[in-house]
Amino acid sequence: MTIDTSERTPRTLAEKVWDDHLVVKGEGSSPDLIYIDLHLVHEVTSPQAFDGLRLAGRPVRRPDLTIATEDHNTPTLAIDKPIADLTSRTQIETLRRNAAEFGIRLHSLGDIEQGIVHVVGPQLGLTMPGITVVCGDSHTSTHGAFGAMAFGIGTSEVEHVLATQTLPLTPFKTMAITVEGELRPGVTAKDIILAVIAKIGTGGGQGYVLEYRGSAIRSLSMDGRMTICNMSIEAGARAGMVAPDQVTYDYLKGRAHAPEGADWDAAVAYWETLKTDDDAVFDAEVFLDANELEPFVTWGTNPGQGVSLSQTVPDPSIIIDANERASAERALEYMDLTAGTPMKDIRVDAVFMGSCTNSRIEDLRAFASIIKGQKKADGVRVMVVPGSARVRIEAEAEGIDKIVEEFGAEWRFAGCSMCLGMNPDQLAPGERCASTSNRNFEGRQGKGGRTHLVSPLVAAATAIRGTLASPWDLGMTLPEIEHGDYATAAAAGTPATRGGRVADLDADFTASAEEAN
Amino acid sequence: MEKITVVTGPAVPLPRANVDTDQIIPAVFLKRVTKTGFDDALFYAWRQDPDFVINRPEYAHGGVLIAGPDFGTGSSREHAVWALRDFGFSAVLSPRFGDIFRGNAGKQGLLAGQISEADAEKIWALAEATPGIPISVDLVATVATIGELSVPFVIDDYTRWRLLEGLDDIGLTLRDEARITEFEARRESWRPKTLPVK
Repeated sequence: MTIDTSERTPRTLAEKVWDDHLVVKGEGSSPDLIYIDLHLVHEVTSPQAFDGLRLAGRPVRRPDLTIATEDHNTPTLAIDKPIADLTSRTQIETLRRNAAEFGIRLHSLGDIEQGIVHVVGPQLGLTMPGITVVCGDSHTSTHGAFGAMAFGIGTSEVEHVLATQTLPLTPFKTMAITVEGELRPGVTAKDIILAVIAKIGTGGGQGYVLEYRGSAIRSLSMDGRMTICNMSIEAGARAGMVAPDQVTYDYLKGRAHAPEGADWDAAVAYWETLKTDDDAVFDAEVFLDANELEPFVTWGTNPGQGVSLSQTVPDPSIIIDANERASAERALEYMDLTAGTPMKDIRVDAVFMGSCTNSRIEDLRAFASIIKGQKKADGVRVMVVPGSARVRIEAEAEGIDKIVEEFGAEWRFAGCSMCLGMNPDQLAPGERCASTSNRNFEGRQGKGGRTHLVSPLVAAATAIRGTLASPWDLGMTLPEIEHGDYATAAAAGTPATRGGRVADLDADFTASAEEAN
Repeated sequence: MEKITVVTGPAVPLPRANVDTDQIIPAVFLKRVTKTGFDDALFYAWRQDPDFVINRPEYAHGGVLIAGPDFGTGSSREHAVWALRDFGFSAVLSPRFGDIFRGNAGKQGLLAGQISEADAEKIWALAEATPGIPISVDLVATVATIGELSVPFVIDDYTRWRLLEGLDDIGLTLRDEARITEFEARRESWRPKTLPVK
């Protein structure tokens, strides 16, 4: 039986993808049963799910739609040595055992396809338009940049997808985020999404799928679109999406798992039908003027507490909502900031360039374009962590590692790293960091650490000056960092292929990894 | 999963907005591979303050958490639900929840009910006036009662039914396995496959 929903027009992009994954239409208050095309797995949110399967005697229904990598716990130094932290090592070894037992493809530390799960899926060409993607990680929204319906799930749902390849879900509401205009050089996808979250708040997207539209979104490369969709969850949304277009197809074509031949043609023909119909109605709409945007940074302890870099730390007493006011007061205390301080006067101890938000090749190119030939500010620790082993290799082929090292920064191996500090990459109590990651929550980057969310360009300028800064403040002219140029560069980038290792591993380590596989 | 009809316990006031899951349980505690034993990690940073609410003797065994708006935002970590459950919380009432947190709670038998901000403030006042005062959360009537005050709460009908019946989601879905197999038979060949590796 085919569920025919084609006459239910006009529909949004999100509704079309949803309808095409309906296994069972829920009756009354029952949820729909939705098919999952791609399930990404990592070591942190999966062990209890595999345990659940074992207890119930259930197999993984579709190992061929499932892929795992190691990212949250992995060290970014000395990856050829056994992981020093025993609990981290146990969690990684548990994933290796589970992958072997249940027949799931795993890219382990040292493998060329290892990296942050949300960098790995797209670079392999597994993430594509019109599919459903889940992962036990809230930043799964990243994959929506391709016009996929992609969202984070909890461990119970991970087990559910492993067992059934479906999820019972109540339809999400739809919200259009329209960003029209042209970004000025120096203003990036990260600034757009930080401004969107500041505008609608950390709860503004709850229950919604956000569809990013408008000329400013269209002009972004896939890497930029991924940055935007990645942070949809920080507005509380389940997912973020961008309709697929030629930029999407150019990025995908030729990648290891992209469709080929007749499949490619059939896929593109289908993907072309996914755009939101002209007369479709969104449940909510938000507009943002790209022409007016400036580099944007956060001052508080949630991603909605942000301002333009040219502004000052806001005064909580003028906030009307009592809860928001209390939240702002608490945030300033935690962040050790005083209302009225110019954001550009805030001195940092560390700069983190990485995470699933901003660790793809274009992000590294943008960062490198600013620091090239410069020296980092005294006393500022700067860490650059590529999103995947492959991104690292690609960057090294372009000489980015040398630029980073000559700048005085640390060039690390791939992983989630200081975004959440599950590995040794953490802030010390009281340390202040300009971070290209996605969350400035209390203690996120290390207990007592203070985070300002920034773009790669702001991270670079801040690393040079030692205080929050953008390339504008360094008197730089920026034709070379226009986002459009990076789209071209990315399209010409190296498609992922299979095989190879990035490190000469200790014999013992290799043996144990392969045994586990 | 055990059936839930009414849960009762001390009303534990947490009058803060935007309590993200990193606050409920910091990432450093996510390295464990078990599903229990997270009680010592709950609100780890905040509980270092001896005056933090769960450190007070009357709340030493949890109860019903009365939180500010946007509780459980951020990371998808189900560990946040496990930590609350392990500490002894059977329900959380808040004016707004992070979507993933609310879903996780429903899967694990932690009752997450939405109340109005005004009602949250009333409950906070009662709990502050009489620390340890019990609140009863009735899933059948979708009403929470504390002292003389009764307030309605919202929970989606499907989750409510599953909690009342104590049903396991995977078991429910597998009743439709034939439909899943039918769906798979008509999936297009261009859709991604992780295996075999090219």
